Amino acid sequence: MSGVSPAEIIRFATGAIIAHPLRSGLTSLGVVIGVASVVMMTSIGMGAQRQVTDTISGLGSNLIIVSPKQPRNSGGVMGGAGAGEGLTDGDAEAIRRQVDGAVAVAPSVGGMAQVTADGANWSTTIYGVSPEYLEARDLTVASGRMFDDRDARQGRKVAVLGPTVVTQLWGEADPIGKRIRIRGAPFEVIGVLGSKGQSSFGRDQDDLILSPLESVRSRVIGRRIKADSVQTIFVKAESEEAVSAVQENIDTLLRTEHRIPQGEDDDFETQNLASILDASKAAIGAFTVLLAAIAGISLVVGGVGIMNIMLVAVTERTREIGLRMALGARRRDVLTQFALESVALSLVGGLIGLAIGLLGAAGISAVANWPFALPAWAIPVALGFSSLVGLVFGAYPAWRAARLDPIEALRRE
Amino acid sequence: MIQIEDLTKTYVMGEETVTALDSVSLTIARGESIAIIGPSGSGKSTLMNLLGGLDRPSGGRYRFEGEEVARFSDDQLADFRNRRIGFVFQSFQLLPRLSALQNVELPMIYGGQPPRVRRERAAELLERVGLGSRMGHRPNQLSGGQQQRVAIARSLANRPDLLLADEPTGALDSATGVEVLSLFQKLNTEGLTIVLVTHDRGVANAARRRIAFRDGRVTEDERS
Ligand SMILES: Nc1ncnc2c1ncn2[C@@H]1O[C@H](COP(=O)(O)OP(=O)(O)OP(=O)(O)O)[C@@H](O)[C@H]1O
Ligand SMILES: [Mg+2]
Repeated sequence: MSGVSPAEIIRFATGAIIAHPLRSGLTSLGVVIGVASVVMMTSIGMGAQRQVTDTISGLGSNLIIVSPKQPRNSGGVMGGAGAGEGLTDGDAEAIRRQVDGAVAVAPSVGGMAQVTADGANWSTTIYGVSPEYLEARDLTVASGRMFDDRDARQGRKVAVLGPTVVTQLWGEADPIGKRIRIRGAPFEVIGVLGSKGQSSFGRDQDDLILSPLESVRSRVIGRRIKADSVQTIFVKAESEEAVSAVQENIDTLLRTEHRIPQGEDDDFETQNLASILDASKAAIGAFTVLLAAIAGISLVVGGVGIMNIMLVAVTERTREIGLRMALGARRRDVLTQFALESVALSLVGGLIGLAIGLLGAAGISAVANWPFALPAWAIPVALGFSSLVGLVFGAYPAWRAARLDPIEALRRE
Repeated sequence: MIQIEDLTKTYVMGEETVTALDSVSLTIARGESIAIIGPSGSGKSTLMNLLGGLDRPSGGRYRFEGEEVARFSDDQLADFRNRRIGFVFQSFQLLPRLSALQNVELPMIYGGQPPRVRRERAAELLERVGLGSRMGHRPNQLSGGQQQRVAIARSLANRPDLLLADEPTGALDSATGVEVLSLFQKLNTEGLTIVLVTHDRGVANAARRRIAFRDGRVTEDERS
């Protein structure tokens, strides 16, 4: 016995939908809105996450920042010798020598300084750094050159300027070889950094001057700082995977170097951008899930709308159902026909909702100026979910249709 | 072809039980043409529904070609209706969204016939009932008589053993009624077994066998 082919049942189901386009459209609207908002929320969340990732990795990938910290429980008495005295050249040197996987170690000092040149003046931040600073912070030199170890050893007063400083002092002119005064001390411009633009927090990342550590310590910051003191040590790990191991090694090494007894707090602090990144990603991720869940509720509401109309349809088409049974439709055939009708309604809603959601998300990302992103699974999941909604909410009306008594049904006017 | 023994159908309505069919026994042979007559509420439609496998009896036996229909499962009954029985209803029961051709195809779809085969057969049947030029029309574009002829074509789609017609002319004027009845007569002379319910003595007299019902019982069973 062959029985009715599935293709024919699909035809019956879609035929009923096409027969009432307006009503079908309105019925699907709930699912359209539900799927569109889920897609939009997910995409916005992804976009925001990518934005944060871009911003933070823009600070220098695989970067570990070592800075001094006042130990909290030192109880007034200094711990080991050197504790609480901040970081020194020796610490940087120790990290460079003893920590595997630290590919660039850049001690730095910095401070605000007034810069004058050819009658113009500008207030900016000057950093005294080792040449490795460039690599540690993922900076580039756009013209001229970066100072090297020899410049540093000789205590040469050379400077590499951020593009903003150049523009402020000279406008368009080529600054290489020009003389500037930083807090009155003369420096020679030997290079200009590549532009990094604004950070996502609106800070101009191009407004700075780099100069050898020694020159800045002695000439610019002067007596307010010890001869071998550094404020921050930037360490670049060789890979993202190596970051936490390198960070731990630095912690251990510096505790030894600073002779901090067990149980005492560190007098320094290490931070890595990956952990900052993870924390903000997790926060945005949780927020996205929340938004998508709220949007998912509208999908359920859409399902209830479909169920409502399917119940009406079963009542309206009672005679049709009775007739189909009289002509040989099995209960299962009727069940399938109505279940498929509801799935098709929901799926069409899902497709339209997907299109609207994608357009909406693209529009928002364009306006908010962040990357358009959608996880690859979003499309199959959106369509799968809308089919599921149709199936779940269509099941009861379809079951009602299949349970009808053919004689009663045929008698219905 | 059909043996019915002590067939009973009762409806329970609250405290009351209505006996729609009361121990009816009948034998129907292949090729017969039977008219069932009787006052309203005498159980004519009830018998037709049982014969057609739309309903199950409360008691008694119903053997069709040696098979005990009363013991069929739901699915077996559906297949029985699909292949053995052709129904013609008083109110035509055509699906309004479908063309005449598509309406006639319907039983063949549930019978699993491939599209080409069933389209050809549906067209052939519509030719036979004189609607060759109306195949693409929808029911609301056809007269009552034409609609009933589409319904008759549909009932013949799967080459049934038994055609059941419950007051097939009840919704037609007398002239179109006569047309439809002559179509039945023609089908019967071609060998189709037909059971037909009617209120019209004249129509009944045209059949070769007449069974009269009263209060769920057979009161007369005569042949001419
Ligand atoms: N579903 C039902 N529930 C309760 N009683 C029913 C039901 N169907 C039929 N009956 C009763 O069974 C009896 C026989 O009904 P049936 O429809 O067979 O009569 P009929 O001979 O076809 O009448 P008519 O000529 O008016 O069509 C009637 O008394 C009717 O009220
Ligand atoms: Mg009746």
